Amino acid sequence: MNTVFYTTIGYILLAPFVGGLLMGLDRIVTARMQSRVGPPVLQPFYDVFKLFGKDKLTVNQFHNYYLVCFFIFILVSGSMFFAGNDLLMVIFAFIVADVLLILAAYSTNSPYSSIGAERELLQMLSAEPMILLSAVGLYMVTGSFKVSAIVSCEKPLIVYLPGVFLGLTYVLTIKLRKSPFDLSTSHHAHQELVKGITTEFAGPALAVIEIVHWYETILLLGMIYLFFAFNPVLGVVVVVFVYFLEVLVDNTNARIKWELMLKSAWMVTIIVGGGNLFVLYYVLRL
Amino acid sequence: MTWITFLIIFPLLPACLVLLFKSVSIQKWVVIIASALICIGSVCLALTCTQAEAQYFRVTPDIVNKLVATGDITLALVFLYVCRHLPLKRYWIPLLVVVQYGAVVWYDLSGRVPETTHCLFVDNLSVIMALVIGIVGPLITVYTIGYMEKYHEEHPEVPDRRDQFLSAIFLFFSAMYGIIFSNNITWIYFFWEITTFCSFIMIGYPQTEEAVHNSFLALWMLLLGGLGFAAAILYASSVCGTVDLRQLLTMKKSVVLLPVLLICFAGLNKAAQFPFAKWLLGAMVAPTPSSALLHSSTMVKAGVYIVLRCAPVLHGTAAGAMVALIGGLSFLAGSALAISQRDGKRVLAYSTIGNLGLIILCAGIGSHLTLWAAVLLIIFHAPAKALMFLCVGTVEQQTGSRDIEDMNGLISRMPLLTIVMLIGLAGMFLAPFGMLISKWVVLEVLARKNPVLPMIVIFGGELMLFFYVKWMGKLVAVTGPQPQQGEGIGIEWSALGGLAVLTVLVCGLFPFVGIYLIEPMYGCDPMLSRQAIRAVAIMLGLMLLLPLGFFIPRKDLVHVDLYLSGANVTDPHKFMDSMGTARDCSFKNYYINKYFSEEKLFPGALVGSIVLLILMFSMEKL
Repeated sequence: MNTVFYTTIGYILLAPFVGGLLMGLDRIVTARMQSRVGPPVLQPFYDVFKLFGKDKLTVNQFHNYYLVCFFIFILVSGSMFFAGNDLLMVIFAFIVADVLLILAAYSTNSPYSSIGAERELLQMLSAEPMILLSAVGLYMVTGSFKVSAIVSCEKPLIVYLPGVFLGLTYVLTIKLRKSPFDLSTSHHAHQELVKGITTEFAGPALAVIEIVHWYETILLLGMIYLFFAFNPVLGVVVVVFVYFLEVLVDNTNARIKWELMLKSAWMVTIIVGGGNLFVLYYVLRL
Repeated sequence: MTWITFLIIFPLLPACLVLLFKSVSIQKWVVIIASALICIGSVCLALTCTQAEAQYFRVTPDIVNKLVATGDITLALVFLYVCRHLPLKRYWIPLLVVVQYGAVVWYDLSGRVPETTHCLFVDNLSVIMALVIGIVGPLITVYTIGYMEKYHEEHPEVPDRRDQFLSAIFLFFSAMYGIIFSNNITWIYFFWEITTFCSFIMIGYPQTEEAVHNSFLALWMLLLGGLGFAAAILYASSVCGTVDLRQLLTMKKSVVLLPVLLICFAGLNKAAQFPFAKWLLGAMVAPTPSSALLHSSTMVKAGVYIVLRCAPVLHGTAAGAMVALIGGLSFLAGSALAISQRDGKRVLAYSTIGNLGLIILCAGIGSHLTLWAAVLLIIFHAPAKALMFLCVGTVEQQTGSRDIEDMNGLISRMPLLTIVMLIGLAGMFLAPFGMLISKWVVLEVLARKNPVLPMIVIFGGELMLFFYVKWMGKLVAVTGPQPQQGEGIGIEWSALGGLAVLTVLVCGLFPFVGIYLIEPMYGCDPMLSRQAIRAVAIMLGLMLLLPLGFFIPRKDLVHVDLYLSGANVTDPHKFMDSMGTARDCSFKNYYINKYFSEEKLFPGALVGSIVLLILMFSMEKL
């Protein structure tokens, strides 16, 4: 009980710092890839503090309220993950959080937000099957959906689940909303939907969105880590490398249309992820 | 035993009373009192009859069996009577009646159907079904009174036959109780056909050309299932030597698999699985309460109930796997097709087909854990789906449209109804509400199986999420001050409120349902670990507490207009076009007809499911 308590508190307190630093590094690496110097590594924190000082603008009475719920459900989801709870429950809580963000965007009745919301739905439709499938894959090897049991499993999970790992890395780009899959909103300048799903958020609300993004990123990278939990050092190295890959892909690809995103993500899910599970199923039965 | 007889026979009384008394106010009180009594009866049954072992009751066979035989003949004549105006080219409808009833009655009269002493029984599955029928059903009936009143004001061209409609509802209850408490398959068959007849009456209610067409479509499709049932009776009595359901299910699989598959065929048909999905979609022409009834607590639930009953025989057979795949296909196809629909009722219809597919999938596998999940699905699906149908019906009456696009900004116009609707929608797909708990259980169970099944569940579930969230999004859009609608909702509130509370309540009570009702049947379940329940409890608590946060006054917020690229005019929902005139801005949801339209997907699902059906019967010997 105590360890559960401390990991939960640890996640809630530390995740924004680690996540924020990661974003700072992300921006520096991105800048170097574009032959710029880039901002200081603490820039994301400065941005957030500045946003908190701005006027609290809102378009209707529900908008910020959904945002707070979104924040709380991401916290619930991440806490359950780091407390070693059921992985499916973690994913479902994550989905609820995402749905609340989408509802916030819909509630504005603004064209930019609404189209952003629909695209976010498409992004969920593309990415979530693979994430759930990874949970099933992890279960097939470890015999448990509990994160705590998966982490303490001695087997090198990546050897059993290389396809699932690849698939998860593929949809990670969609979940992080990085190019080429930054359809619903983007970190880079203006996109064709202004800021898509976050168009109507301003000031402190935008700061919350940014902080939630840090929490999200840590949670998703935590899922990547699970595949290498048998060797923590290797695990951290792989997580850093995967994130670097995300930045690289982000900087070398243009945004694609949603159809390509949906088709490619499902293809990867079915062929690479599903194929992996089939082979595993028959190997394990031998 | 007392409660069982009460539940089967009592609903016939109000069914006759509403036919006798044409006065609306008397009908109203008859309906309210009878509904309350049925509800009380179901709860009392649950309190007295819940135990691990099934109880079987001896029924003095002679008189009652003769009654059932007479009933069969009467029903056949009634079916032939309603077909009297059919054009000659639709000869197959009366033919279906003649063939199946001819065979069954001939077998019965010539004494070839073996006698069964224990015709009635009750076990926990029956108790759960009785609760679903007896709590959700009466709420819908109460709603019907208020709904039909306005329905006839709005549709003066429809002849007022609401006494028949109400009567059909009560007859329906009686038949449903008959199905779930009968241990003799000839009895089940009798009640089975009564439900077919009742739904025929309800679907044809508006008497428009479309309604009549759809009611006959439903009739022949459902009679096809009845034919399967009749064949099962003939086979069971001549080859297996018994029509006792309990004995049939404990016989050797090789002997009993064919009749069980025939019964499952009837079940799939009643549960509107592909390839039979069309009748349920056609049923949308009827007044909304009948849709709510058919989709949530009765009719389709009879279909999944009977498949669930047969599940122990299906377990581990190739034919059972085919049943599971038909369910899986219906789940996928139903969820995908719902994406392209704009009509609220049609979306709900497809989602019913999908959800029932999931139940059939669980039943087809037939292990104890999947049956666990299937029972949970039945329980959670009923109140949420009934609530959604009643909400859509109310919205249609208040605003004149059930198009989802027209529901844009409903929260500004009918806040209370929208909140009830959001509860219903959340109950259909969002954690930690019922349907998602069941999906979670399904996934945990299926992860031990072949990866095809979890993949079907995952993809189907995501498609379902997609169409429900975009619907939710339309409801919550805030369009600014609007004239309030919905003053005319009267007695309907009791049903809407009751179902909304029920949707949340079953979710909070699900561990108890598991411990007291399901565990004695299917053994201990690993999903009920303390940790899992805690996770659900935390999320449910949040879902209930967070809405309170909305009432915290926020004085510091500055309200501004939407961002429309600087082209706003004074009205926030207008923008300035290039010619300098103010235009309304509007936008529609994605329906993705390119991939998910009925023309694209329906034929494929039809062909696929027919192939699976053929495979199912050809694998009977494996």
